[in-house]
Amino acid sequence: MPHRLGVADLFSHWYRTFLVVIFIGFFRMPHTPPPLDNVLQSLASRWGTLDVSTYRNQTRIVVAESVSLEVLEFLKAEGFDLLVDVTCVDYLEYRGALNRYGLVYLLTSTTTNQRLTVRVFVDDPTPCVRSVVPLWEAANWLEREVWDLFGIHFEGHPDLRRLLMPEEFAAHPLRKDYPLQGRGERHNFPILTRHDG
Amino acid sequence: MAIATTEFESAERAGHSKDYHWTLNFGPQHPATHTTLRIVLTLDGERVVDAQPEMGYLHSGFEKLGEHLTFNQYVTVTDRMNYISPMANNVAWHCAVEKLLGIDLTPRCRYIRTIVAELARLSDHLLSNGAVGLDTGAFTFFLYAFYQREVIYDIFETLCGARFTNSYTRVGGVSHDFTPLVVQKIRDFVKTFPKTLRDMEHLLTRNRIFVDRTQGVGVLSKAEAIGRGATGPVARASGVTRDLRKDEPYLAYEDFDFQVCCAVAGDCYARYCVRMQEMRESLKIIAQAIENLPAGAANVGIDQRAALPTKKQVYSTIEGTISHFELSMSNRGFAVPCEESYAATEAPNGELGFYIVGDGGESAYRARCRPPSVLHFALFPHLIRGHTLSDVVAVLGSLNIIAAELDR
Repeated sequence: MPHRLGVADLFSHWYRTFLVVIFIGFFRMPHTPPPLDNVLQSLASRWGTLDVSTYRNQTRIVVAESVSLEVLEFLKAEGFDLLVDVTCVDYLEYRGALNRYGLVYLLTSTTTNQRLTVRVFVDDPTPCVRSVVPLWEAANWLEREVWDLFGIHFEGHPDLRRLLMPEEFAAHPLRKDYPLQGRGERHNFPILTRHDG
Repeated sequence: MAIATTEFESAERAGHSKDYHWTLNFGPQHPATHTTLRIVLTLDGERVVDAQPEMGYLHSGFEKLGEHLTFNQYVTVTDRMNYISPMANNVAWHCAVEKLLGIDLTPRCRYIRTIVAELARLSDHLLSNGAVGLDTGAFTFFLYAFYQREVIYDIFETLCGARFTNSYTRVGGVSHDFTPLVVQKIRDFVKTFPKTLRDMEHLLTRNRIFVDRTQGVGVLSKAEAIGRGATGPVARASGVTRDLRKDEPYLAYEDFDFQVCCAVAGDCYARYCVRMQEMRESLKIIAQAIENLPAGAANVGIDQRAALPTKKQVYSTIEGTISHFELSMSNRGFAVPCEESYAATEAPNGELGFYIVGDGGESAYRARCRPPSVLHFALFPHLIRGHTLSDVVAVLGSLNIIAAELDR
């Protein structure tokens, strides 16, 4: 007996996905995200005065390394659910810089579209911050990349291996004291001869 | 059908030996990875127990190069990041630079950049969906998609002389203004493309083999998509209603009527459907933009001291001559603030942003690229666990991982 298409089929086969491809353009008009005042105030009330700066509608706060994880955890609870990026800047040659490395956490709220940049400064000889992988799984590879290219250690990272450079590589190439050319390409690797293989 | 990972774990806890697991190297040279990446798969028969992605095979130090090339030179490097849609990278890079420098674009330039970025999105989605089709056995679909990519390449060739590595944008403008021929070609494309798109949908969207291969495979929930940093079509296929073109309108996106396409299933099929629908929306944007293209100059004026003046200005006005001279000299170019800024655009793959640190010099002190592919590739082991070996290509294709963008 041939199978006749019934209502149940609508929810069983490819129709299922077809039904749920929805358009939301009608319901979402472009809007400016609400100001960050409330978040900044509650941050200041808990951790004292913050170094807040704004550049081209981009709010940045500087957080001490000792409380960075707590502040980020608080911000996540405040609605900054998307960790856009974790990156680092080496301020070795930067005019007027007080610290060597500046970590940058770019946070976004997917509900209100607010953005906040959190910066944490660390210094030689053992630059180290606590990992935010417990908060955002997204940080896993991003922190591995920072470790790889800048040599910042992330305490509590589940799998802190190099991401881009090979495991045998000794240096951290995005540091400013690492030259653009001429070092690190060959001497990091043992020379294999035919007999070794 | 996926087997829940807990079944594997419970088998392990029960003390069963794992000797039957075997390891398979998928890549770095494999036709179905499309680019140079490697996945070390642990298999139980045909089931994938675990996957360990490896990257870095194409690492070329683009971020280091960004600290040594000027803002205009670096655009050639961005071409090589996501080489499936170089125009989108060009636009993203110079949007970020202009945000740092505080340059206001002309209305015509905003429209031009919007159009080329949307053409790049079409080109990227065509390849991405085409590759999913190709990997799951639908070769004809792939050829349809590739033919349309050729048409887009022709438009780009007419526009700026380069098909693949366009390097089209400049600080404060573009390298070539739209000519009537380009406008005509884009109009023709807008007319002819919907028919091909319909054909492509007829070929694949209800194709039983394709649907069985992709539906329910690689399911990503909404919470995971946000927590793991997925953006773009991958996140939208999981129900995240986030599109920077709507949420943080840049360029001219505020002027156009288009919709954000979302699905809730979060599987490979949903990602395919979202990309197919996004192509229609992109086409709508292009059609509106090309008909309402503002007149006037494409590049910013001499007063902003960012884009090179026209030849006429150089030869007939003293301001033009001075501006041309200063912008051509290595130490007299535009003023760069000692500041940092992050600007993101909705690239075909997801949020493509650049975090640029300026130190007053002519090149960036730090040029961080936030590539969507890295976060999407990090999703891969999570998506593939419990599926079969043949699903690896379907998941990989639907995530649209471009190794050049992955490794930079």
